[in-house]
Amino acid sequence: MNNNILIIILASGVFYGTPLFFAALGELFTERSGVLNLGVEGMMLMGGVSAVWASQHIPGTSWFVVLCSILIGAFAGALVAALHAFLCVTLRTNQTVAGLSITIFAGALGLSSYFANVWDVASETVKHPIRILNPGGLADTPIVGPILFHQTILTYLSWVLCVLSVVYLFRTRTGLKLRSVGESPQTADAVGINVAKYRYIHTILGGALAGVGGTYYSLTIVPQWVDGVTKGAGWIAIALVIFGFWRPDLTLLGAYLFGALQSLGLTLKSRNIQINGSILDAMPFIMTVLVLVIVSGGWAHKRLRAPASLGVPYEREER
Amino acid sequence: MKKFIKIATVVTAAALIFAACGSDSDSATDTTMAEATDTTMAEATSEAFTFTNFTPFEGGTVVNCAPADGGPIKAAWVYVGPINDGGWTQTHDAGRNYVQEQLGDKVITTYKENVPEGPQVEIVIDDLVKDGNTIIFGTSFGFQDAFIASAEKYPNVCFEFATGYTQKNNVSQFYGASEDTKYLSGIAAGAEAPEGAEIGVVAPFAIPEVIRGINGFVLGVQKVNPTATVKVVWTNTWFDPAIERKAAESLISAGVKAIASFQDSPATGEAAKVKGIGWVGYDSDQSVAFKDIWLTASTYDWGPYELAKIQAVIDGTWISGDYYGNLSDNFISIANYGSKVTQETKDLIASERERLTQAPSAEFTGPITAQDGTVKIAEGALPTYGELMSMDYQIKGITTDLPQK
Repeated sequence: MNNNILIIILASGVFYGTPLFFAALGELFTERSGVLNLGVEGMMLMGGVSAVWASQHIPGTSWFVVLCSILIGAFAGALVAALHAFLCVTLRTNQTVAGLSITIFAGALGLSSYFANVWDVASETVKHPIRILNPGGLADTPIVGPILFHQTILTYLSWVLCVLSVVYLFRTRTGLKLRSVGESPQTADAVGINVAKYRYIHTILGGALAGVGGTYYSLTIVPQWVDGVTKGAGWIAIALVIFGFWRPDLTLLGAYLFGALQSLGLTLKSRNIQINGSILDAMPFIMTVLVLVIVSGGWAHKRLRAPASLGVPYEREER
Repeated sequence: MKKFIKIATVVTAAALIFAACGSDSDSATDTTMAEATDTTMAEATSEAFTFTNFTPFEGGTVVNCAPADGGPIKAAWVYVGPINDGGWTQTHDAGRNYVQEQLGDKVITTYKENVPEGPQVEIVIDDLVKDGNTIIFGTSFGFQDAFIASAEKYPNVCFEFATGYTQKNNVSQFYGASEDTKYLSGIAAGAEAPEGAEIGVVAPFAIPEVIRGINGFVLGVQKVNPTATVKVVWTNTWFDPAIERKAAESLISAGVKAIASFQDSPATGEAAKVKGIGWVGYDSDQSVAFKDIWLTASTYDWGPYELAKIQAVIDGTWISGDYYGNLSDNFISIANYGSKVTQETKDLIASERERLTQAPSAEFTGPITAQDGTVKIAEGALPTYGELMSMDYQIKGITTDLPQK
């Protein structure tokens, strides 16, 4: 029963959707504060390469090294995000250009590959990969076992984060302030909210989560460093935020859908059902465009649209 | 709303740009444009270039691509993947390092990694020629058109192309009978799987070079496990660890009992490790990192041929031709065995290796039957070189179809 094709597709959806969710959740926080971050891909790769370095060099027991690697991956992503925040919030540069430059600068052909060479972390598998963890034998439960509990610690962590994010965004005062900064920084400023502080914190938080997403690639999916290992996952994450209507819960479901699409073609091919993989690869973007159409008018436009000030630098004197 | 459409457009465009970008890594130091090369079509001298398994093209003439000023030879390699891919490109770069070590200051080597197959290749070659490189190695099938176009543009530059087929006066083709070692690795996979089981193959592109290798592998499987069948999943990429892993997982979930990958990264091994099933790798020895599930792999040693051809440039004897290495000159080999491989299997592989060393391609001795039942190589016959090079059919025993063209 647990080899049913549907179960396999759903299980790989969760497995490959998890890094997308981490990166997308980070982007969601960043965008909720009104900052557009197109540097996700670069942040993921910097997180990924730093985590591999940590995994190779930190001494200690396996779980301790894994914990440190995840934290260092998050820290590296946060560091790059701090640069983005400085460009966008302090210098008020064009956020699109800043984000793109960061992806080019830190991404597959840039800093992440440079560090991989300098640290010499490639060409051997990592010593302490993040392995699949079966909590209390739950993975043997029929149907839900292989889908939900044949996963790594990061997947279980992502569920906790998802719940916390929903509570934070929609049930706390700070979350309300964050959303108001993204909607109307002028108003937020007028009631005494420090716009720059909120934008800095959530951009850096976003980078840290992107770094964890990158860590998932280099320590779980391919426990070895390869240049550009995320292969554009950062872009899918950005599309995913739109697809999930800037809500963590919907983003999680979207991540699993996009994750499932990534291996669907191959799963069918191995059962000798020939289908065009390129169309499946394009599906996340096609679906995102459809969502854009949906939120462009009517009821959905009022309830599910992007933060009103997304991508607009805030200048106090400007009216 | 316009803004979001704009953002979405930028994201999509950026993703496309991202996908189309190659990288640039240059270990050459000085760039002297003036290092013009002087080609004199020397008539064939008595000290003609010779190398085991190398046949000069008919009617070819010696090309002098040494720098006119007598300085060190500048040699460049163009790679499809990163130099640390843990497979194909890494073994090619090992060849480059070998050449550099052996020739010391007589040669300056350079490489360009992550070059996508497409129009960008010609631009990369233009740059390399401008930098004074006079012998250029290409290492991916999809580079061929660009290499041939560049060879016409730069008759004074020597081109060496791996895994292609087009013949020119300044383009050599070099590769080897990796189907023979894939056959040997197939024996290990066939012995590992239970009788009549399904065995999976993660494969890149459905081109003759790859199909030939898979057929060799399947013949090896059938040598020890005649009723076993083989499923092939085509990834349409040489190097994408995440896709390779997904392809491997899809095969494992479909029930294969052993798996082989002919891709450039060891990602298939990761998927195999989760389920503990035997894995045949490719290009590189992963017997340490994957010791519990590792069977073996077909490997290459590019260095000696490349060294000989650069030495030929120095000697003024470079000539284009076809190099098809095999077990006899150690161009191809088999990696260390993992702990799953039994002594009996090792002995069988050793004796088959001896047989193929004496008679390359002997595993393709007829009858060889295609999937649809037609006999492609008659009983007792050996395939001709042309038949081997143009093999575009899967043999009987493979249960998945070739992708539609």
